[in-house]
Amino acid sequence: MIKEAETVLKVKNLNVVFDNTKIIENLSFEVKKGDVLTVLGPNGAGKTVLLKTLLGVLPHEGEIKWEKEIKIGYVPQRLPFIKDIPISIEEFLKLKEASKKEIKEIFNSVGFKESPAFFQKKKIGELSSGQFQRILVAWALIGNPDILLFDEPTTGIDIGGEETIYTLLHRLWEKGNLTILLVTHDLSVVLKFSNFVICLNKCPICRGAPKEVLTPEILHKLYGEEVKFYEHHKH
Amino acid sequence: MERFLLSLITGIFIGGTAGYLGTLMLSKKMVLVAGPLGHLTLPGIALALLYGFDISLGAFPFVILGIILIWIFEMRTKLSMEALTAIIFASGVAIAFLFLPIEQAETALIGNIAKVGFTDALLVSFLCLLLFLIIKKIYSKITLINISEDLAKSEGVEVKKYNLLYLGAIAIIVALGVKVVGGLLIAALVAIPAATSRNLSKNLFQFSLLGLLLGAASSLSGILLANFLNLPAGPLIILTATFFFLISLVFRRG
Repeated sequence: MIKEAETVLKVKNLNVVFDNTKIIENLSFEVKKGDVLTVLGPNGAGKTVLLKTLLGVLPHEGEIKWEKEIKIGYVPQRLPFIKDIPISIEEFLKLKEASKKEIKEIFNSVGFKESPAFFQKKKIGELSSGQFQRILVAWALIGNPDILLFDEPTTGIDIGGEETIYTLLHRLWEKGNLTILLVTHDLSVVLKFSNFVICLNKCPICRGAPKEVLTPEILHKLYGEEVKFYEHHKH
Repeated sequence: MERFLLSLITGIFIGGTAGYLGTLMLSKKMVLVAGPLGHLTLPGIALALLYGFDISLGAFPFVILGIILIWIFEMRTKLSMEALTAIIFASGVAIAFLFLPIEQAETALIGNIAKVGFTDALLVSFLCLLLFLIIKKIYSKITLINISEDLAKSEGVEVKKYNLLYLGAIAIIVALGVKVVGGLLIAALVAIPAATSRNLSKNLFQFSLLGLLLGAASSLSGILLANFLNLPAGPLIILTATFFFLISLVFRRG
């Protein structure tokens, strides 16, 4: 981690209420340039809500302060309606006003080895879930963002694909001045990939370097009885 | 002969525009909205028939009312679209037949394009052209909103503004469409060409273009058939559209 890096995002006393239920309570944190910050928590902990709130999509109380003119790339968890629409990869990426040249470059950087001209004409509905997730990363990368907000990168992907998404993210992070904020319920992701973790179950439970703060007691508090502290073995 | 040509032109313009707009409405099941809206136009059509003014003009305020109702129901209550359809359908039909003489019911329910005059045809063609340009302008933004409203918002798309334009376009096409196929069949005029097009298309460009062409072709062949068989055009337009749909099932891609 780079010391004394500039702060790109500052969140102070964030509260989100939805249908009279508190989803996020009193959350404060900072993201510095170059961080890979993970928000870890069980399903229903308010992780997706947090990302949407940061994007300015949901109403909230408290302070969310982004660095001036920061460019945000958002990778959503899933897009259930997209399979109803006959749309090619190229057309989908062009909804974000990407040029042909930019699409080609991003295709290279997300590691598609297929012949680009042919592949871009492919219908989104025909992609495997691993390919689709990479397209979502490509979507987020259009416009050269400073920070990526990534919602549950593991969802719906087989282990092989999952591994590729993380190597891909790691590669992108190493290559440029990318800051990454991802939310997940998957412990192994945090341990392998991020340098800072915030545990969230409606209210913040812990924060710090993953290997230091993710003690069995904390995880017990976060997830309840069943969780053991272990690292997924490598494949 | 001149009347026939006028009805043909009117039908093609409305059918094409409805098919084009239908491709936007097919995802997220927005076509379901065209059903209750169509039914709700019936009292308006009844008024127009009784007092002898334009059917679309009578239908329009009721479509607007319908859109406001749908907006309130969707936003303020957790009522399902099916329940909504049933309620609006029933009320629309019930109110219309309180005061519409049964002999005039046919026009209200399944349309009557043979009644179209010259100014009518001109006005409709102009409105459809304008509508087409508006839909073309908002097409990619609405597609993004259809894919994910959050994703659209995160890209800075003014979702409310685009949704308003979109609903406005739906209102106009429903009001115009009842002229051709009536309050009962308007949902089909929007939905079927789009569904056929989806079966045949590989990408968005083909999808929207084919929706437009199939809508226009259904109207064209339906009206031709009606003239030839001396039967009402509305049902034949919808049946032609259905016929195209059945053929498309054979050639369906993925």
